[in-house]
Amino acid sequence: MSQWNNFSKGFFKENAVFTLLLGMCPTLGVTSSAIDGLGMGLATTFVLVMSNLVVALIKNLIPDKVRIPAFIVVIATFVTIVEMTMQAYVPALFDSLGLFIPLIVVNCLVLGRAEAYASKNNIGSSIIDGLGMGLGFAMALTILGAIRELLGSGKIFGTVIFPEDYGMLVFVLAPGAFIALGYLIAFINQVKKEA
Amino acid sequence: MAKTESTLKNMVLTLLVITCVAGASLGFMYELTKGPIEAAKAAKQKAAITEVVPDFNNNPGEEVYELTSKEGFILKFFPAKKDGELVGIAIETMTNKGFSGDIKIMLGIKPDGSIINYQVLEHKETPGLGTKMADWFKTDKGNQSIIAKHPKTNKLLVSKDGGEVDAITAATISSRAFLDAVRVAYETYTENQSNPTVTSNTSVEEGGTE
Repeated sequence: MSQWNNFSKGFFKENAVFTLLLGMCPTLGVTSSAIDGLGMGLATTFVLVMSNLVVALIKNLIPDKVRIPAFIVVIATFVTIVEMTMQAYVPALFDSLGLFIPLIVVNCLVLGRAEAYASKNNIGSSIIDGLGMGLGFAMALTILGAIRELLGSGKIFGTVIFPEDYGMLVFVLAPGAFIALGYLIAFINQVKKEA
Repeated sequence: MAKTESTLKNMVLTLLVITCVAGASLGFMYELTKGPIEAAKAAKQKAAITEVVPDFNNNPGEEVYELTSKEGFILKFFPAKKDGELVGIAIETMTNKGFSGDIKIMLGIKPDGSIINYQVLEHKETPGLGTKMADWFKTDKGNQSIIAKHPKTNKLLVSKDGGEVDAITAATISSRAFLDAVRVAYETYTENQSNPTVTSNTSVEEGGTE
């Protein structure tokens, strides 16, 4: 597989959210606005790239039986680094993402790529895989966040499209996440079928 | 490079090395971000204080004092002074009566107790409903604003409870909680005034009697 395919598969063919249905907890939890979705997606991308890099680097040093705890420690380290950096330099985003930042540790997308890809491939491909998967995840979260923000409060990235009073509140709340995600997946499956 | 065998010694050693490296890098990052995190927190606090009290030229963050309310909450009082004269007090108050979890607000009052402004610091209320409290109680529309009211002469309860403040549409519990945090702040403030021994070195004027 060429490196371009390796990178681009994360956006459509193997998109974490729309196709693999991995990492649903942050997907449903933080996408009440486009900016939150983008922030979460980029934080996850960073963790994914760094953990893929380190896992690919040390894959031969780790005995098979303890590989999962070893991977988790690596992932948790990068998540904590992201958490502290966000708290220091983008406190507003940190406040709105809150608990979901530490929860990146248990995002099955991150462990899934470490286990299924980085532990079997070389460093270069692993970084590209992490970048593609992570940006695909960020894209999905931003789209979902933008749709929910628009329908729920009439804004995209905080820019008013129509007055908030006409918004459908349900889309900002938890049920709206399921409804919007369901329709998005249906739409993407339809596009895939035709392609 | 050959794959390391899964012997007990190898497994223990590998995990030990990985956790040590992880711990060391986290310690390094912590040292690196400690300053900026504290600066960000202080900036946020300063911004909240500036928002709720009139022009001041002292450093309220340095003259802060803490008082415990009847409910056992620890409130922070930031006296704002202009040329040594007390112009307002920013009170970091809270309540546990929110729809989901605690609500923290920064309430600015004049030395006589009337409300200048407020800012919501922290809450977990429902997006689109309870979250409206950030602007609702300072918007001059109907009876929803609490700005320039006095907790002693104005009955700061939602109209459903016989008060004179309009609750947020479909978020009465959040509105009640918000006004409860205001009440906590005011009560703690006035109690402290009738018992001047607790007061710090500030020369606080007598409570409002208009």
